[in-house]
Amino acid sequence: MLSSSPTNGEPGGPPRGKLKIFLGYAAGVGKTFKMLQEAQERRRDGADVVVGYFEPHGRADTIAQLEGLEVVPRRILDYRDTTFEEMDAEAILARHPEVAVVDEFPHTNVPGSPRTKRWEDVLVLMDAGIDVYTTMNVQHLESLNDHIQEITGIRVRETVPDWVMQQATEVVMIDLTPRALLNRLERGAVYKPEKARQAKEHFFKESTLVALRELALRQTAYEVELRHGAAVAAPPPDLDHVPASPPNKANAETILVYLTPDPAAAALIRRAKRVADFFHAECWAVAVCDNLDNLAPADREALEKHLNFARNLHLETRLLEGTDPAQELIKFAHDRGVTQVYMSRPRNGKWSSLKAPSPFARDLVKQVVRLAHDLEITIVSTRQAAPNAS
Amino acid sequence: MRRVQAEEEYERRGRLKIFLGYASGVGKSFRMLDEGRRRKDRGQDVVVGAIQSNSSPELDELLRKLEVIPLKSVDGQTRMDLDAILHRHPATCLVDGLAYDNPLGSPHAHRWQDVEQLLQAGISVITSINLQYVEERRDEAARIQGKRATVAVPESFLRTADEIEMVDAPAQYCIEQAAAGTVPVPLPELEQRLSQLREIALLLAADVVDHQLESYLDRSGVGQAFSTQERILVCMTPKANGRRMMQRACRARDRFHGELFVVHVGQSNLSADDQASLETNLQLARESGARVRLLEGGHDPINAIVQFAREHRVTQLYVGHSPSQGWFSRLKRTAVDRLIEAAEGMDVKLFPH
Repeated sequence: MLSSSPTNGEPGGPPRGKLKIFLGYAAGVGKTFKMLQEAQERRRDGADVVVGYFEPHGRADTIAQLEGLEVVPRRILDYRDTTFEEMDAEAILARHPEVAVVDEFPHTNVPGSPRTKRWEDVLVLMDAGIDVYTTMNVQHLESLNDHIQEITGIRVRETVPDWVMQQATEVVMIDLTPRALLNRLERGAVYKPEKARQAKEHFFKESTLVALRELALRQTAYEVELRHGAAVAAPPPDLDHVPASPPNKANAETILVYLTPDPAAAALIRRAKRVADFFHAECWAVAVCDNLDNLAPADREALEKHLNFARNLHLETRLLEGTDPAQELIKFAHDRGVTQVYMSRPRNGKWSSLKAPSPFARDLVKQVVRLAHDLEITIVSTRQAAPNAS
Repeated sequence: MRRVQAEEEYERRGRLKIFLGYASGVGKSFRMLDEGRRRKDRGQDVVVGAIQSNSSPELDELLRKLEVIPLKSVDGQTRMDLDAILHRHPATCLVDGLAYDNPLGSPHAHRWQDVEQLLQAGISVITSINLQYVEERRDEAARIQGKRATVAVPESFLRTADEIEMVDAPAQYCIEQAAAGTVPVPLPELEQRLSQLREIALLLAADVVDHQLESYLDRSGVGQAFSTQERILVCMTPKANGRRMMQRACRARDRFHGELFVVHVGQSNLSADDQASLETNLQLARESGARVRLLEGGHDPINAIVQFAREHRVTQLYVGHSPSQGWFSRLKRTAVDRLIEAAEGMDVKLFPH
């Protein structure tokens, strides 16, 4: 059921290592502790376990869980006159344990590292046949990025694409009630006092934590369903004509995202891809343009950036040639069996951000709707950040 | 005055914390005892009121650090010794197996009623339960497992908990812990069944948390409506292709495990035909299990819809749309245009009719 990825093990190579993600919703819920606890269990069962990267955060009971585990030394890098320490994936590959423990999956490596993201390092370890245990919080999942900003007011920069999370064999929710977490924070068990005070003003507000926790529970439920199949709900007796059927070929969905240089495209792509994943649907990102060279340089650059972003999230992309976007979109949609079209809210001018949309901007939506009686058109709105948060 | 009394009553009452699992072996008892041990280390007066018989070295080690009030034996059957606990009156009592039924002749038929009495006496309780023992989830679990739990706790009691915590682990882990050799089901099938229970338990925990979020947002008057799950609102009209909209909306609700609302804004001058097709559409909505509402606000239906949507933290609006042909209407702002503009923060899905 999971989509294959280009990082699947080479044919004839070692079987791919398994990935287990310990998912939480905030610092201090106990992800790293639980991960190390399970690493210790694996070691007691006779597995060859090393710690590839561990962030102690000065938490004593977590550090105690490290006892007896071999730690692979970090790679030391200099960048702009500062020394950084990163996980040394090459050293772990050379050491080649059965299991590597890697904290903080969404981490971005310092420039000059072999790979940009820690999750890329982890995929390399898995390709070499090494099992990996790792930790992350739900707010780092790419497709939730706009939601998270809406809830917390914070635009999370270090994200993990959903297809990467889908590489995990298991995702386990590390749950703790927000009240218990806030107690831990009070007792200084999460951060040092100064940082704890800052945290309480921002991320660690109770309403924020409750909302993030709910997102994490729902995401874990989704991850379980993705791997083990849905619990088939019995349809209510009088509802035979509105079946609650699991997805199959007959009701397969294909989603098309219409891209423009509009900066809202990133949110549009994330949203459409998330829906596509939940529907087990194919997802295309398509732009229409008579000639790229006729676009203003800024628009062209923006459009190329969006197409690239879509490819990084594993959408199929196409740049269609033509002067009539509505016509081209509908033709493409019909050729590919598209069932849903995702577009941004119409805006004024060509792609400018003035408040009220012009009739011409609205007109594209109307044209598409008029031409496509059999399609479902979704106008995606940008989500506003929570107020009074930084 | 009544509110003050309610608050005083709440202050006197013990706090209830529930560990929710989905199978034996997931580690609920351990988490419960471990929390008791940590509270005791911090100086709280903690006792164990009831513990399940299937023990392990880890559980035994925790139990040795805690004071245990033995179960009371009645005609060869056991129950929690309620009187002894009330008399001992600790700050916190640990009660394993919340769904347990007491033997005939006990003060209460069910252990959760014993727990209620402890809470009323001002004793905080930490307890544990598996999904299949939640009354409202019992049939669902029975369909997956092929057997129905004989004892159960009403979900409403779970919702009175101050805190509920999910004890999560992969199904594989539970199978290893529970020595699966005794189970007459092939392993892959067992893993799949347990995973389905696991998903339902996670969603139940999410629902309880969502309920808490809602009351929190109400209480603190935070003007912000977080969307933490998909909530779909279908705007039903006489002309709408109600069947298609409801099919699509139900499918989305099921895929996202979200909520589904259907509203219609009352209009006074409907023709008999329109009235009839509206009735058909609303009937479809009711049959689908959606929450159906009639909204007032005939002079400004868009405002009525958007306001309802905001109050209910809706994330997706489904609206019918009649594409007009003439150039003039193409330049005119239609109701749907205004709805798209007003529904900031929500996705709008258009259904041609």
